[in-house]
Amino acid sequence: MKLPIYLDYAATTPVDARVAEKMMQFLTMDGEFGNPASRSHRFGWQAEEAVEIARSQIAELVNADPREIVFTSGATESNNLAIKGAADFYRKKGKHLITVKTEHKATLDTMRQLEREGYEVTYLEPQTDGMVTVAMLEAAIRPDTSVISVMFVNNEIGVVQDIAAIGELCRSKGIIFHVDAAQAAGKLDIDLQALKVDLMSFSGHKAYGPKGIGALFVRRKPRIRLEAQMHGGGHERGMRSGTLPTHQIVAMGEAFRLAKLEMHDEIKRITALRDRLLNGVKDIEQVFLNGNREHRVPHITNISFNYVEGESLIMALKDIAVSSGSACTSASLEPSYVLRALGMSDELAHSSIRFSIGRYTTEEQIDHTIKIVHQAIEKLRAMSPLWDMYKDGVDLNTVAWVAH
Amino acid sequence: MAYSNKVIDHYENPRNVGSFDKDDDTVATGMVGAPACGDVMKLQIKVNAAGIIEDAKFKTYGCGSAIASSSLVTEWVKGKSLDEAQQIKNTDIAQELALPPVKIHCSILAEDAIKAAIADYKQKHGG
Repeated sequence: MKLPIYLDYAATTPVDARVAEKMMQFLTMDGEFGNPASRSHRFGWQAEEAVEIARSQIAELVNADPREIVFTSGATESNNLAIKGAADFYRKKGKHLITVKTEHKATLDTMRQLEREGYEVTYLEPQTDGMVTVAMLEAAIRPDTSVISVMFVNNEIGVVQDIAAIGELCRSKGIIFHVDAAQAAGKLDIDLQALKVDLMSFSGHKAYGPKGIGALFVRRKPRIRLEAQMHGGGHERGMRSGTLPTHQIVAMGEAFRLAKLEMHDEIKRITALRDRLLNGVKDIEQVFLNGNREHRVPHITNISFNYVEGESLIMALKDIAVSSGSACTSASLEPSYVLRALGMSDELAHSSIRFSIGRYTTEEQIDHTIKIVHQAIEKLRAMSPLWDMYKDGVDLNTVAWVAH
Repeated sequence: MAYSNKVIDHYENPRNVGSFDKDDDTVATGMVGAPACGDVMKLQIKVNAAGIIEDAKFKTYGCGSAIASSSLVTEWVKGKSLDEAQQIKNTDIAQELALPPVKIHCSILAEDAIKAAIADYKQKHGG
């Protein structure tokens, strides 16, 4: 077995070889390298056709109209465009926005920026299982609420929000509803004909496409308007200027086409692997699965190993590529803000690891992971003064710690 | 995070992990840090009649640098008098382990652990 084992598919996925193959056909002189905006020759026409096919492939995965898909540089840009664009366009309706504390930084930081620009934002605290309820949102809605943003699948704990119910609420109140679906596309069924979602963000590289490409769904009926955040040649119907990167778009299209074809088999396979992993570690003492058990994708599993510190655990798991918290926050020494928002103690949040399983994960890799996890926990607990205290029946909350 | 080879060595082969009986008169314990901050170090020293640290053991909850820092100081304090051990500086620990700036607090914690253990010894022995 090749080491290290990659179990960080929620951070990024490798590009599927079939996708890379396709992508390479749109780069060189021998390929279709044209600018899709060139109207005067066949190089441009061919590139434009390839872009439109990809647009349809993306729309098909989520049951949308291709004309509702706007290409961006990734889900971060999609979130920025959706939230800022809608807040700006509908600012006469009101300057109050609602989101959730467990959202991705691309949403939270965008909201922070809007606060600096004079908007008011309510950050909802989810339940301890990570779920946001319709009642919570209903209580937070004001007459001047213009946009609500809730992610479909949480990137750290994998919980799936009830987007259908939240959509109904937003539509009934005339509020624009944005959903960050970066971790959801290709992981669960999304039907935008049925869901009352106005704006939805997608990422290429979370679904076996390349990095640097994403899309934003912008509903046509009822029509949602956005203030552009990137100005220039008026590409993407004026919503996002900039020359379209044909090779990346084609690749994302191919990745989404494959996702539609293979998603259901893949979910079954990944669920079995996830269950195998959970079964393999469940006999370790003081181990907790984070997030709602029922409403979750099988790809993301977040586990707390009490009395073991996360970073040293990651070191002990050096042959396994996992993360504590999301990749975007693991450069800092702060415990995951997502886990903190669930009301988890700092120390338990510090002791948490995200295992994310994907297309190329094998049973053998999961079995090896289980073995390494057992060894690591045993080694680190033998070294942990907190574990000793727990075993001696000391309540750690009653100890007078010297914080530093 | 990229660790130095010395940190990795101490992390993978920690020296002197364990505990002494805290009620033993020759044993002193220093426990510093807080779980909420992500590191807790427990350093125990065994001091002979001549006031020399004969042995030391540690247990640490924390990152690789915290484990390496505590492992290193158990080696350093052995054979030293309490006064000599008191002189160990966090900068020496950080330099020896080539700790990156974000991990300097681990060396500070290790220094604090030595001082806490010495203070415990002095308190136990009325001095």
